[in-house]
Amino acid sequence: MMKKSEQATTLLPGLRHKEAAARPRVGDRIFSKVTLFFALLIVLILAGLLIALNIDAWPAVQKFGLSFLTSVSWDPVREEFGALPAVYGTLLSSLIGLIIAVPVSIGSAVFLSELAPEWLCRPCSFLIEMLAAIPSVIIGLWGLFVMVPFIRNPIEKWLGSSLGFLPFFQGPPFGVGFLSAGIILAIMVIPIITAVSRDVMRAVPITQREAMLALGATRWEMITRAVLPYCRSGLIGAVILGLGRALGETMAVTMVIGNSYNLTPSLFSPGVTIASKVASEFSEASGDLYIGSLIELALVLFGITLLVNIIARLLVWRSISVRGGGE
Amino acid sequence: MMNDLFRPIVTAEAPDKKPALHEPPRCIIKVKDLSAWYGNKIVINDISMGIGKQAITALIGPSGCGKSTFIRCLNRMHEVVEGGRVSGQVLKDGQDIYAPGVDPVDIRRRVGMVFQRASVFPAMSIFNNVASGITLTRFWSRRSDLQDVVERSLRKAALWDEVKDKLDQPGSSLSGGQQQRLCIARAIAIEPEIILMDEPCSALDPISTLKIEELMLEIKKDYTVVIVTHNMQQAARVSDWTGFLLLGELIEYSRTREVFTVPKDKRTEDYITGRFG
Amino acid sequence: MNRTEGYLQRRWFNRLMLVLCGCAAAITIIFLALILGYTFINGITYFNLDFITQASKPVGESGGGMRDEIFGTFILVGLASVIALPVGLLAGIFLAEFAGRKMASAIRFAADILAGVPSIIVGVFAYALLVRPLHSYSALSAGVALAIIMIPVVARTAEESLRLVPGSQREAALALGISRWRIILGVIIPGATTGIVTGIMLAVARVAGETAPLIFTALGSAFGVQGLTVPIGALPLQIYRYALSPYSDWQKQAWAAAFLLVILVLGINIVVRLVSNRRK
Ligand SMILES: Nc1ncnc2c1ncn2[C@@H]1O[C@H](COP(=O)(O)OP(=O)(O)OP(=O)(O)O)[C@@H](O)[C@H]1O
Ligand SMILES: [Mg+2]
Repeated sequence: MMKKSEQATTLLPGLRHKEAAARPRVGDRIFSKVTLFFALLIVLILAGLLIALNIDAWPAVQKFGLSFLTSVSWDPVREEFGALPAVYGTLLSSLIGLIIAVPVSIGSAVFLSELAPEWLCRPCSFLIEMLAAIPSVIIGLWGLFVMVPFIRNPIEKWLGSSLGFLPFFQGPPFGVGFLSAGIILAIMVIPIITAVSRDVMRAVPITQREAMLALGATRWEMITRAVLPYCRSGLIGAVILGLGRALGETMAVTMVIGNSYNLTPSLFSPGVTIASKVASEFSEASGDLYIGSLIELALVLFGITLLVNIIARLLVWRSISVRGGGE
Repeated sequence: MMNDLFRPIVTAEAPDKKPALHEPPRCIIKVKDLSAWYGNKIVINDISMGIGKQAITALIGPSGCGKSTFIRCLNRMHEVVEGGRVSGQVLKDGQDIYAPGVDPVDIRRRVGMVFQRASVFPAMSIFNNVASGITLTRFWSRRSDLQDVVERSLRKAALWDEVKDKLDQPGSSLSGGQQQRLCIARAIAIEPEIILMDEPCSALDPISTLKIEELMLEIKKDYTVVIVTHNMQQAARVSDWTGFLLLGELIEYSRTREVFTVPKDKRTEDYITGRFG
Repeated sequence: MNRTEGYLQRRWFNRLMLVLCGCAAAITIIFLALILGYTFINGITYFNLDFITQASKPVGESGGGMRDEIFGTFILVGLASVIALPVGLLAGIFLAEFAGRKMASAIRFAADILAGVPSIIVGVFAYALLVRPLHSYSALSAGVALAIIMIPVVARTAEESLRLVPGSQREAALALGISRWRIILGVIIPGATTGIVTGIMLAVARVAGETAPLIFTALGSAFGVQGLTVPIGALPLQIYRYALSPYSDWQKQAWAAAFLLVILVLGINIVVRLVSNRRK
């Protein structure tokens, strides 16, 4: 009882002054309101984005309903639109991209954070960051004129003749197609996954490593048994962050995927992704339904990347905040 | 719980009878029943004292006893810290600086402060550092108008001769002692009535320390100085009044000579003779 | 000593895996070298003075250049910066200086989500927001799209740089009786300039190479730069168009344009990183 009343008397007088202090000068009030306004503008833009896309996609949503997601036709003349091949192409190309990018990125990150001496680590990190900075249209240009011919001739020919019994590697080698798109995406997400994984690995305390080395582990055993498990969720976050980027990547993919509305398991076949479909048809589309369908496609992509990004943020934040504890 | 159990015994002994504290004859600040908290932790416990005008008041006490917190309460800097709360009164020229409607920004212009670690603004030149308290409260100021103030402040801070040829170099190019004097010049430039100094010499070499002590004696003619220090000789050398704080309470406060020669409280004696803890 | 045999195997495996990790890093850098190598070699081969002084020629006529598109890119990036910098900086200031913990993490979350939205979707948004209601593709809509991409980047880097200014500086300024907004403008922002400028330049470099959001906002123009409410050409957009065209003349120009764009974008990146590294 006594404790309670005492607390009340100690808390109250302080509050009075807090109130007095909470009335800052006019300039401060105006300034904080102005900055608040602009900060809220960010939230507003995000909300506006969602609303505007929904409004403009409405004709298509109304007409097709859920069948939009399961239909495979895309016929502007008969005004029948379905998203399945685009969704499939988006997921497939990103999957190929990740299958290639993940081992390379994690390997690079291990090299940068655990193996490379300081003098090598800095320039390597720098170069990898440069790769991330190259505009995607330029990677697409290179992909189209340099990589695609190379994929067509030795790579797809060879894959077709040696692994042709698998459905993925059947069909004529076009060069442009899911495989090329996947490889291009790998090139584009490697720097992201590498940079984030490197930071996450560096956040692992030295003591973890030393403990493992003291048990007589080799360097590699230390990495796989101490470092990687410790930062697993951060690494998963890094990969998912890369996935988010791959799903929405537009220009480079549009230039090498061939843009045909296909739903086949063959990786050699040309296809589309949501982003490439929107990019290549939007400015020619006419009629509310056609445009609405393209915008609904964009909305689907938005939903997917939103989900993926939120998951990635949560994972990366959590594992970096382990390090942030010392801050 | 323990505290509650023991409290009645302590208070029964001396319910209101605090040790009678001396007070300077002419006070510029009167502190009445001042308490301060960080969150729910009380750090300053019911302190009352007067601070003499145009005198140097030193506060001594073991680390963590609340000296910094106390002087930060004198210019409303305590409430800047998250969770910082204050109760009681601080009367400056008879007016409570914590009264509702009083602008803390205004108080801080009259009660300046120098921190333990020199906090020069690194992005500004030496000149702009000294002038910052003036330029950043006006909309527009011409350099020629500031020239006088800057020179006067730097002279008072005994820094003018060392920097007069490089006023446009960044403030961070100075040595530690010079930076601390630059901070003092910056505090003087806004012409406060009182200057609070929180261990201004603890990061400095003996020569810089001596310079700052001389400076304090010099500026005492125009200003009131309150200094927190760990260095007992320093307190004895420069101050006119000395207060001894322990665990958030003011144990002893009187003329410096008396505190150091005939302390009234056993704990003060233990502390100044180094027999403490 | 019966561990010896296993130990040898483990050691070899260790070596193998470490070498593979090195190879992974090498592969990444080889890709960079390939892309830059082809761009530079082709670009330099096809680059000439006409390319930056002449306007584009219609199909069939040879020669011509991308004068208008280069100009257009600068206009779009300038427009985007004019819109995004105040918004991003002020939002960053709010996040670093005024926001309560919950408010800050909510807005930061929104900014991170916005930064992760694929740029093509931002383009669709700008289309829905400006092109459709105004019945015209326009430089303005493209500028807005690029600005939306810039804003979260600028806001977050500004916030982080402002937070790096030590608390003692704020305290010292408060003790001088300076009001909070003057402290922010006069002490904290000058102290964070390097970080803020770095962030802005990186955002500019990123946006200068963006193509997807321009396709159905800027559209491209055969008549040069004529104003903000009509279509406008841009370097990356022209690379895309020309690369997919069947004319080898245009494809060559695409390489020359790519060369120019790479120099612009990587140039900014390299300079910014060198400067900010030296400051550290
Ligand atoms: N920001 C803060 N949050 C919570 N508690 C604090 C904070 N700052 C100080 N304290 C606590 O308040 C008490 C008094 O601190 P203060 O800094 O006033 O002591 P001090 O006498 O100046 O010590 P020193 O001589 O070491 O500078 C200490 O117990 C300290 O732990
Ligand atoms: Mg202290």
